[in-house]
Amino acid sequence: MTSSAVLLQLLNGLAGASSLFLVAAGLSLIFGVSRIVNFAHGSLYMLGMYVAVWLSGRVGFWAAVPLAALAVAVLGACIEASLLRRIYRAPELLQLLATFALVLLARDFALWAWGPEDLLGPRAPGLAGAVEIAGQAFPQYDLLLILAGPLVFAVLHFVLTRTRWGVLVRAATQDREMASALGVNQRWLFTGAFTLGAALAGLGGALAIPREPASLGIDLALISDAFVIVVVGGLGSIPGAFVAALLIGVIKAFCIGLGYSKLTLVAEFVVMAIVLILRPWGLLGRPQAEVRGTWTEVPIGRLSKRGAIAIALLALLLVVLPSLPDQYVLVLATDMLVFALFAASLHLLMGPGGMASFGHAAYFGLGAYACALAALTLHWSTAAALFTGWGAGALGAAIFGWFCVRLSGVYLAMLTLAFAQIVWSTVFQWDAVTGGSNGLVGIWPEEWLASRTAYYYVVLMVCSYAIFLLWRMAHTPFGYALRASRDSPLRASALGINVRAKQWESFIIAGSAAGVAGALFAFSKGSISPETLSVQRSVDGLVMVLLGGAHTLTGPVWGAAAFTWLQDTMARSVEYWRAGIGAVILVLVFARWRFSA
Amino acid sequence: MNRTLLLFIAFIPLNSFGQALKIGELNSYKVFPAFLEPYKKGMELAVEELNSASAKFVELVVRDDGGTPGDAVRVAEELIARERVNLLMGTFASNVGLAVSNLAAQRKVLFLASEPLTDKIVWENGNRYTFRLRPSTYMQVAMLVPEAAKLKKKRWAIVYPNYEYGQSAAASFKKLLAQAQPGVEFVGEQAPALGKIDAGAVVQALADSKPDAIFSALFAADLQKFVREGNTRGLFRSTAVFNLLAGEPEYLDTLKDETPDGWWVTGYPWTEINTPEHRRFRDAYQKRWNDYPRQGSVVGYTAIYAAAEAARKAKSRDTEKLVEALKGLQMGTPFGAIQWRAVDHQSTMGAYVGQLAKKNGAGVMVNWRYADGAKFQPADEEIRKLRKE
Repeated sequence: MTSSAVLLQLLNGLAGASSLFLVAAGLSLIFGVSRIVNFAHGSLYMLGMYVAVWLSGRVGFWAAVPLAALAVAVLGACIEASLLRRIYRAPELLQLLATFALVLLARDFALWAWGPEDLLGPRAPGLAGAVEIAGQAFPQYDLLLILAGPLVFAVLHFVLTRTRWGVLVRAATQDREMASALGVNQRWLFTGAFTLGAALAGLGGALAIPREPASLGIDLALISDAFVIVVVGGLGSIPGAFVAALLIGVIKAFCIGLGYSKLTLVAEFVVMAIVLILRPWGLLGRPQAEVRGTWTEVPIGRLSKRGAIAIALLALLLVVLPSLPDQYVLVLATDMLVFALFAASLHLLMGPGGMASFGHAAYFGLGAYACALAALTLHWSTAAALFTGWGAGALGAAIFGWFCVRLSGVYLAMLTLAFAQIVWSTVFQWDAVTGGSNGLVGIWPEEWLASRTAYYYVVLMVCSYAIFLLWRMAHTPFGYALRASRDSPLRASALGINVRAKQWESFIIAGSAAGVAGALFAFSKGSISPETLSVQRSVDGLVMVLLGGAHTLTGPVWGAAAFTWLQDTMARSVEYWRAGIGAVILVLVFARWRFSA
Repeated sequence: MNRTLLLFIAFIPLNSFGQALKIGELNSYKVFPAFLEPYKKGMELAVEELNSASAKFVELVVRDDGGTPGDAVRVAEELIARERVNLLMGTFASNVGLAVSNLAAQRKVLFLASEPLTDKIVWENGNRYTFRLRPSTYMQVAMLVPEAAKLKKKRWAIVYPNYEYGQSAAASFKKLLAQAQPGVEFVGEQAPALGKIDAGAVVQALADSKPDAIFSALFAADLQKFVREGNTRGLFRSTAVFNLLAGEPEYLDTLKDETPDGWWVTGYPWTEINTPEHRRFRDAYQKRWNDYPRQGSVVGYTAIYAAAEAARKAKSRDTEKLVEALKGLQMGTPFGAIQWRAVDHQSTMGAYVGQLAKKNGAGVMVNWRYADGAKFQPADEEIRKLRKE
């Protein structure tokens, strides 16, 4: 690279960093105050873009930007006041589930309101052209963006350090119980933080429209970038988010400038993994203050007699299922069983383990790919291939888990996500072995197992046995030790329990079970592609567990079955089926929280 | 021309078998709505035309495949096992198309892949039960190469979305151009993630490699970002650009006054094609939907007709007979006559090759011609080797 190329790529990186910073700052603020992992933040950004494009056709670009930010801020305030406020005290990431439902609703709303085509906004009047820098043309508007990031940062910094509201926000970020005990009205604080965060997302979206079209896929593409920046910078730390945005923006621009554009797929996740391994609280973050006593979990009970009878009846029903004339029921039941095992394995980590994993699809996918490769290239028998999947899931979890158990809370979750994304991008690009983005095709079980009925019985046997083992584990000495480690690491280690070792073991067990589920999945579909281990699948897993209830023993299995069935039915019968699923999830979240409170 | 027209309009009584031909269509309607909403309208128009000619000849069952191979296979199973359709049709993304094609071979059901562009679906992973309508990535690249070779540009840079479509487009382009123009150099290659191009940095890096010409396989949002940054930074001022698919209304219409002049593209200049078969289609479509046809409309429309023609030729609903009927089937389409090649089950539907221009603040294609898909194929020998037959 010549020196002028270096300079320009640096500027490109800075311009990209600015818009990311706006979004990440809002996300960080919301998390810091309310501990809500706001999945819908990317959707707020997307809505900001659409509103800005729509308004700039009416009132001009410069007026549209603040108006769009304002509109999204109002929407944010409404969401907070009408939905999230009701479930702050709910346990186990239920808020995350609610914001996930909002993602689904927002996307279908945008499709309904603005149509399917991408909307390219206008150029910014007055800044439409380019200036010459080091002999090359550089967009004027990008210079504005480069300034906008630090400017917003300065304003935020001022607000947070010099105003009374800012002091309260910082107090709540550090110790929200103490702030509340000192008479701070948390309601208004939360609403305010959420509104400001939403405004920043809307502003980021509106400022982006001269550079990129408003499109429906932007929400999820952006939210993962924003998560990474928030976590790399340190949760709740605005300066951290600023540094992280600059770091990642510049690294990406140089990947492209140096001719390694393919690395941009994974660069940010590699950065995140390295940062979290070296600095468990992010670059400028502080250890999370413990949230005291908002929710004490009731120990998981043993299966009641009535419950056991119900499950026995269900098992009997599943055994006679193939006698129904409708063969499709078997296909759907196969999917439900596979995902039930997947959810049950994730539940071991989330429930008894107390470790939320945002990257559980990695083990599912590793199992699926290992199984497929064993069957396709090594021509192993179906049973041997299934065992390979089991081993691959366990091995992957052993490696990743070793690093992950050194962290806790959201940091741990994000490290699992980073590893999952690294695996995903490796699989996505390693054409020779994994078939790249197209995946592997032609993975069918042996002839005698290939019929729908025969394979269904294989899945039924394997999944029910594995789920039974996972359930039983909760009441083995291992299960008790794991739960003790979750509830009080200090007391557990005083009793002689090696907390990290127990957590690591639970990772390996959960990974192997997910690997088996993945292997079964591969044989049931006949083909697999990187989608098997995408973020989407990890999120689906989370939704299944949360829907069923992470603090129950059997809940995740019902959650998985219900979610799979819901998707299948909705997609067939409702035009805006994503929104339909979102609405159902919201209703369930509120019903469950009401019910359990 | 007349013969095609006749084939197209004059139906012998189709419904002489009593039962309707049941087509099970699955597609990622909520993931790629910009292409698939017009596609669905095209299908519905074809179904209405066929059924008005002879009562209830075709029955169409449409499903959303969720956009992932796993879900798509389940949906396809539902269409096969519960709906008992006579054939499967549809899919958009290549990985979904391949997954459904693989299921079709396993369950021995005809699958008419209307949209997925991957070469593999008819080559390496081709099977007896899968047929594909649209011109493949390879064919569309091959259509642009003669024009690219004519320019005698020496230094080429390449930019493509980093997944199979982009990778195989880039590979085919390099191979074919090097054959047509020995001594050509490829000086830069950029493969940004699909939908996540960092356009400023990519444009900058391309400019730094000082190319005489650029080949791009970008589309949708990536293309729009690339075009705007390239315009601002003056990348296209002195370089010729070739861009797959950019002339399709789905992607071109969003560019509006940013449309770059002189780019060579494949696409669909729907306003200007005035052959009788296209005029008929366009008029019918506009009358029915009060909207203009997109590339997707033609694909959906033609796919339904292909299924109907196959059933008519087979005089049966039986899968094996439908497969045999589709092999070598000749039929009319809005783009003219096409044939379903027996050697690889690829239709010879072509695409329009031309240059972009701005007209009243919107993009149009000029200097265009129809490139017949039959002429842009590798040798049969090569294909047989790939299909391992």
